[in-house]
Amino acid sequence: MNKKGPLYAMFFSLFLLLPGCGSLTVLNPQGPAAKTLSDTIILSILVMLGVLAVVYILYIIMLVKYRAKKSNEGYIPPHEEGNKWLEATWIAIPIIIVAFLSVVTVRTTNAVENVPADYKDQKPLVIYASSSNWKWHFSYPEEGIETVNYVNFPVNRPVEFRLYSFGPIASFWIPQLAGQKYAMSDMTTYLNLVAETQGDFLGRNTNFSGKGYAQMEFTATSMSSDDYDKWVNDVKSTASQLTEDKFKSLLATAHVGRETFSSTHLTFSPPPGEHSEHMDMDHSNMDHSNMEMDNNEHSHQSN
Amino acid sequence: MNFDLEKFKVHGEPLIYGAMISIALASIGIVVGLTVFRKWGWLWREWLTTVDHKRIGVMYILAALLMLFRGGIDALMMRLQTAAPDMKFLDAQHYNEVFTTHGLIMILFMAMPFIIGLMNVVVPLQIGARDVAFPRLNAVSFWLFFFGAMLLNISFVIGGSPDAGWSAYFPLASLEFSPTVGNNYYSLALQISGIGTLITGVNFIVTILKMRAPGMKLMRMPMFTWSVLITNVIIVFAFPVLTVALALMMFDRLFGSQFFTMANGGMDMLWANLFWVWGHPEVYIVILPAFGIYSEIIATFSKKNLYGYTSMVASMLIISLLSFVVWAHHFYTMGQGVMVNSFFSISTMAIAVPTGVKIFNWLFTLRKGRISFTTPMLYSLAFIPIFTIGGVTGVMLAMASADYQYHNTMFLVAHFHYVLIPGAVFAVIAGFHYWFPKVFGFRLNERLGKHAFWWIIISFNVAFFPLFILGLMGMTRRMYTYSAETGFGPLNMISFAGALGLAIGFAILVYNIYWSTRYMPRDKTGDPWDARTLEWATHSPIPEYNFAVVPNVKSLDAFWAMKYDKQPLFEDQITKIHMPSNTGKPFVLGVVFFFLGFFLVFSMWIPAIVAGIGVLIVLAAMSFDRDHGFYIPADKVIKTEKKLGGGTL
Repeated sequence: MNKKGPLYAMFFSLFLLLPGCGSLTVLNPQGPAAKTLSDTIILSILVMLGVLAVVYILYIIMLVKYRAKKSNEGYIPPHEEGNKWLEATWIAIPIIIVAFLSVVTVRTTNAVENVPADYKDQKPLVIYASSSNWKWHFSYPEEGIETVNYVNFPVNRPVEFRLYSFGPIASFWIPQLAGQKYAMSDMTTYLNLVAETQGDFLGRNTNFSGKGYAQMEFTATSMSSDDYDKWVNDVKSTASQLTEDKFKSLLATAHVGRETFSSTHLTFSPPPGEHSEHMDMDHSNMDHSNMEMDNNEHSHQSN
Repeated sequence: MNFDLEKFKVHGEPLIYGAMISIALASIGIVVGLTVFRKWGWLWREWLTTVDHKRIGVMYILAALLMLFRGGIDALMMRLQTAAPDMKFLDAQHYNEVFTTHGLIMILFMAMPFIIGLMNVVVPLQIGARDVAFPRLNAVSFWLFFFGAMLLNISFVIGGSPDAGWSAYFPLASLEFSPTVGNNYYSLALQISGIGTLITGVNFIVTILKMRAPGMKLMRMPMFTWSVLITNVIIVFAFPVLTVALALMMFDRLFGSQFFTMANGGMDMLWANLFWVWGHPEVYIVILPAFGIYSEIIATFSKKNLYGYTSMVASMLIISLLSFVVWAHHFYTMGQGVMVNSFFSISTMAIAVPTGVKIFNWLFTLRKGRISFTTPMLYSLAFIPIFTIGGVTGVMLAMASADYQYHNTMFLVAHFHYVLIPGAVFAVIAGFHYWFPKVFGFRLNERLGKHAFWWIIISFNVAFFPLFILGLMGMTRRMYTYSAETGFGPLNMISFAGALGLAIGFAILVYNIYWSTRYMPRDKTGDPWDARTLEWATHSPIPEYNFAVVPNVKSLDAFWAMKYDKQPLFEDQITKIHMPSNTGKPFVLGVVFFFLGFFLVFSMWIPAIVAGIGVLIVLAAMSFDRDHGFYIPADKVIKTEKKLGGGTL
């Protein structure tokens, strides 16, 4: 009656399929935040495989050894109340495992909620990312430009995304660079990441937000800082201004393609909460020296 | 009143029109059938007005099976739509409605009523009681659940189904972003059936605390009764939160209040918090009774008492407490900071400890046993390795940092199916096979049962294991389509194949019920499995008074002790037995509530007010009811017992 064979064959073949499935995006990190998370996930998978092994081995032994068969026909199983030492063992060992994983969790959560350790000395590039219907708006307050459905930033420089929403809750996710964070209408959330390779990364909303949700994707491109500066200058000189009317018509449209503007919506449609340093600015004579932010200002992220 | 027929119409596709036609034909068929065979009176006297816990339990299970097929068809439609890239089977709106109702129906109108059904059938018998504490209230519970479920079920042909996910996050579920009546149905259908569930909670707590047979101390209760007691305590603490949240939602959607809106101080995350303060314990409401069912079945078919009874009870108590302090793990990504996330991470992972205790206790119950592989035992045994996968991936998800990568992906979907299907669905199927002969007096066919079992177990893994990998590949949940470049196609196709296999397995299960009803030999012993607990000490099918003589319990597994240690169980004389009378008022209350809900969904105020007054009138009529039931005379009991074979005489 022990027909578990097909079950295990299937599990085994699924594991064999793994490498054939193309890239496991989440386990293919291109920056320190995603790397931390990927390492955490792999560590937890290994620990959990250990737990599974113990349960499965015990399980197979019990089923093979104590199944009803002809040879044990008259056997009367004993009455067993339990055993406090055995029970204490399987309380204590899980507690140790959970304690270990708790330490890992707290440390890694703290790590990814802050600027990655190797980049603490650099000033992060602040980009406001906001969702509306089924599109993403990216405002670059330092450069005074705005893009829709794509975002560019320099490689090897910390980027601080500030997330909020003009509609349903969205979740901002670039799996190869960092874990996700919600964008909500009544508060601003923060996401730190650094890209360590140049290239295009898929980003998307992962929190269901209605009809167009499946298409709510954007491209995140990390480029050399020279290319980034050149692109910013191009945008400033060629793209049109984002007027309030234009922004409102963008919000009202369900889907749009890529858009580029030489000003941002932060002044007339400010993000929720305290963001005055980016809202009172007049972009024509913006002075970057006023924008120096020390690390204390970011302490709210690690509390 | 602004009457607008357009609101009722669902402009859909051939699929929806097809469904409308089949619903209409089935309804006509039922009405004609009942009339032709003159069964209206029988239906009313024997079922619609019954207050017998066993019949109410059977009706719960029937309704749950129906909903299993409704939710299963939803699941097949979803897996088909995502089986290949750029599928054109469903459009976005229809897909959104399908996954929303799939979640709602499977949790609230399938898993929970199935468990409440088993509870109704089994618990009074296991504690040696004649009925639940409040039999008429029990009927009220059932009819409120039933008509709440019906209200949700008509939504897809009248006005449109809810489409904001089963968690209905605001502001998406607000009038601004979901202008159809779908989420009105959500708030009202769940409210009506939720009140029923809350009443069940009170009823069963009182039943278990006050109606136990003499000598049945708390620590002599069968494990299923223990799990039901703890579950109902969770219900009583968790459901009022849902009641309040749904009421606020209704105010927002029907009366223009601004609790969860974007503007005017509305807080969208307040909904998320309220929803999960109820929603997380809800998961344990459906899983703890499953633990109880498995404990009964594993002990019975190992021919051993349950290993570590005390630690089994303690671990369920700890799980129930922890279930209330982990809700924020549903939104680690809300930006609540390292401290808060760490607290919820650790409390969530802590649940693994008592759950592990239970797994090892079951494994050690098997040790030194003599294990027979009956169908209910197969489901219980399959539960252990599969649920452990669900459990360890749960620990992985509980790690807040890692969850930033799993949140809302298929990895999460795979995890909760790996927890809920072995944890709740296999359990109710196992319990269904196990207790079926008690209720109907014959077993289900073992060969067909095992066929269905292997289809279900293997297909389950084929359907859901690929989703873990898809999650790590970056596929998010609730996406109705994806492009070929994503590479999600092949694994989704495998998953669809698994879903088809599951459908075949469930079809065999239903065929088994039909086949066994016709051909299986009837069981005269009342104890076909050589079981341990009190419910097997009476006849099958069970006489309306359950036990002719109230049992005197002197140990755990009292029926086993009676059989093998010659411990006397029925020592008293047969005397007259008090029974409650049937009543049609709970059914009428359900109907009136249904209309109240329906009129409110469409903001038809005058009919709604009339229906509201109707509710008050029925409630008043119930409160002033002077029917105190009746007695079955002792000689009639003796006659019945003799006819049934007289095991307890």
